Amino acid sequence: MRAVCWYGKHDVRVQSVPDPKILNPRDAIVHVTSTAICGSDLHLYNGTIPTMQKGDILGHEFMGEVVETGSEVQNLSVGDRVVVPFAIACGNCFFCQKKLWSLCDNSNGNAAVADMMYGYSGSALFGYSHLFGGYAGGQAEYVRVPFADVGPMKVPEGMSDEQVLFLSDILPTGFMAAENCNIQPGDTVAVWGCGPVGHFAIQSARWLGAERVIAIDHYPQRLALAREEAQAETIDFSKENVSERLQEMTGGRGPDACIDAVGLEAHGTSPDAIYDRIKHAMYLTTDRSHALRQAIYCCRKGGTVSVPGVYGGFLDKMPFGSAFAKGLKMAMGQTHVHRYMEPLLHRIQGNGQAGFDPSYIITHRMELKDAPRAYEMFSGQQNDCFKVVLKP
Amino acid sequence: MPRPTTTVENFPAPPAHRTKLPPEARMPIPRSGEPDAPKNMARWDRLASIAAGAAMAGYGLVRGKLSGLALAGFGSALVYRGASGRCECYRALGVSTAKRPVATAVPAQEGVRVERSLAINRPPQELYDFWRDVSNLPRVMRHLKSVESREGERSHWVADSVMGETVEWDAEVFNDRPHEMIAWRSLPGGDVDTAGSIHFRSLGHERGTLVEVSMKYTPPGGKLGATVASWLGQGLQQKIDDDLRQFKTMMEAGELPTTSGQPSGRR
Repeated sequence: MRAVCWYGKHDVRVQSVPDPKILNPRDAIVHVTSTAICGSDLHLYNGTIPTMQKGDILGHEFMGEVVETGSEVQNLSVGDRVVVPFAIACGNCFFCQKKLWSLCDNSNGNAAVADMMYGYSGSALFGYSHLFGGYAGGQAEYVRVPFADVGPMKVPEGMSDEQVLFLSDILPTGFMAAENCNIQPGDTVAVWGCGPVGHFAIQSARWLGAERVIAIDHYPQRLALAREEAQAETIDFSKENVSERLQEMTGGRGPDACIDAVGLEAHGTSPDAIYDRIKHAMYLTTDRSHALRQAIYCCRKGGTVSVPGVYGGFLDKMPFGSAFAKGLKMAMGQTHVHRYMEPLLHRIQGNGQAGFDPSYIITHRMELKDAPRAYEMFSGQQNDCFKVVLKP
Repeated sequence: MPRPTTTVENFPAPPAHRTKLPPEARMPIPRSGEPDAPKNMARWDRLASIAAGAAMAGYGLVRGKLSGLALAGFGSALVYRGASGRCECYRALGVSTAKRPVATAVPAQEGVRVERSLAINRPPQELYDFWRDVSNLPRVMRHLKSVESREGERSHWVADSVMGETVEWDAEVFNDRPHEMIAWRSLPGGDVDTAGSIHFRSLGHERGTLVEVSMKYTPPGGKLGATVASWLGQGLQQKIDDDLRQFKTMMEAGELPTTSGQPSGRR
């Protein structure tokens, strides 16, 4: 089969590789019909996530048709159309039973390494480095899905791939980011980063009752999308001072909740952002955390900082004193996708109310063989390229 | 959902009674540093220690100066060590020059001992049942090649050793409390002297079972082997941790995660 393989920084290639096989009784093989490139794939593309190996198959947003099931998979049949959560969860451990699916104890076969790095290991993820299990990803014609009796959700008749594909990651991720804000009536939520996750966080904050949502970015197209599709007010950080603007807009009180949907490769023009870039270029820091610093600094006293953006290592110059002084709550982590798939499917369908078709965020539809060009474009032209869907 | 703010009205009532855990029922293994730790030095060893220590102390005192004083201190420690018959260094290294008692598989103060525990999200009965059938163990313990049940409570174990060699021994279960604990020890004549126990204790509150493993063994190669192995004691601990984790995953997920055999663009 053909698959998108990682070979190093800015080097992905479409290669012929063997078809995946069932390796465990709870596995299934899925023929991929649609797969997307995620903003977090760009961290791999830019070489900022450790423990990647040359030849690893990328991709954690995918869906398709079941073509084979292991002996223990009773809930799926050959021919079922499924969308697959990017976090791999066994369903039976202490964490899965508490519905903390992305913290599954058993899916990461390399947990000992992650234990050493993080204290304890989270769940495995598809196509996201050996630290997270080293599982081959779904930017391929076929993919092996472990614990297929727990993760994949069947797609109802009559729904298109593009309507449900984003249930695999970014829609639940944006939603969890907003849910973590514990939004109360009248709340203002500020969102750093208006990429797909930030955009869906804005939408979700609205659904959960936020009075106002303020979107922060520097790409005009992304800000426009947040204004037009999600009724957000916007701040262009390249033109305005974010913290002053936020103060003005909230009567000096600050946003009730701040969402960092940027993660470890924050852009920015402030002194600390430049300092980060230099340190990172000299391999003196792992994460460039300008967005998170600003979110903490701008949040109102007693507010919540919610972090769907990915961080991997040690953060420098974190204003923890500010977080402490203001009594902030913080919530973060990989998304417990399994929790949100059904409710968000309902939201998409509408069920009596107006539905939500998330496919409007797709700007590029390409063939799998064009993946290298797609990565280059998504990485380099973030203004015009919002979301790429690949069709194997 | 977040818990509502605590007020006088909704202040949680203290629990009516504490969950009582079953009494500690470990194998009695003396810990190092305990005052009644057994003597681990032979008579010749003790006399040599006293003689050398006295000489050193004497020379040190005659010599004076700071270095002499230090030598005197070290010498008197040797005298004490010889007089008491207990050597902390030997204990730390897991060796002894004293005569072994005959009855136990591994003399209390020798060999390597590791105690580890892990919470597993299954009921004690299930975990006990898996472990009670010793032929299951190679499925979760990488270094075991095979374990066969023999007549009665006996079994035959084959394990990987260093340099591609294998070691074999017979063992018997000498204590068995269904759904609570199993204790075993090797029988004389094998390549390895080992003893161990596993306890299963329900944690309640849907938190599964606390599994506690205590293992002690004298590896092949007698005292020298024991010494080397005690240096590698961390390695043994890691191995038992790995085995426990695999046991946990096998019991919880029903299979062990793997990626070997999956496609990649490596060539």
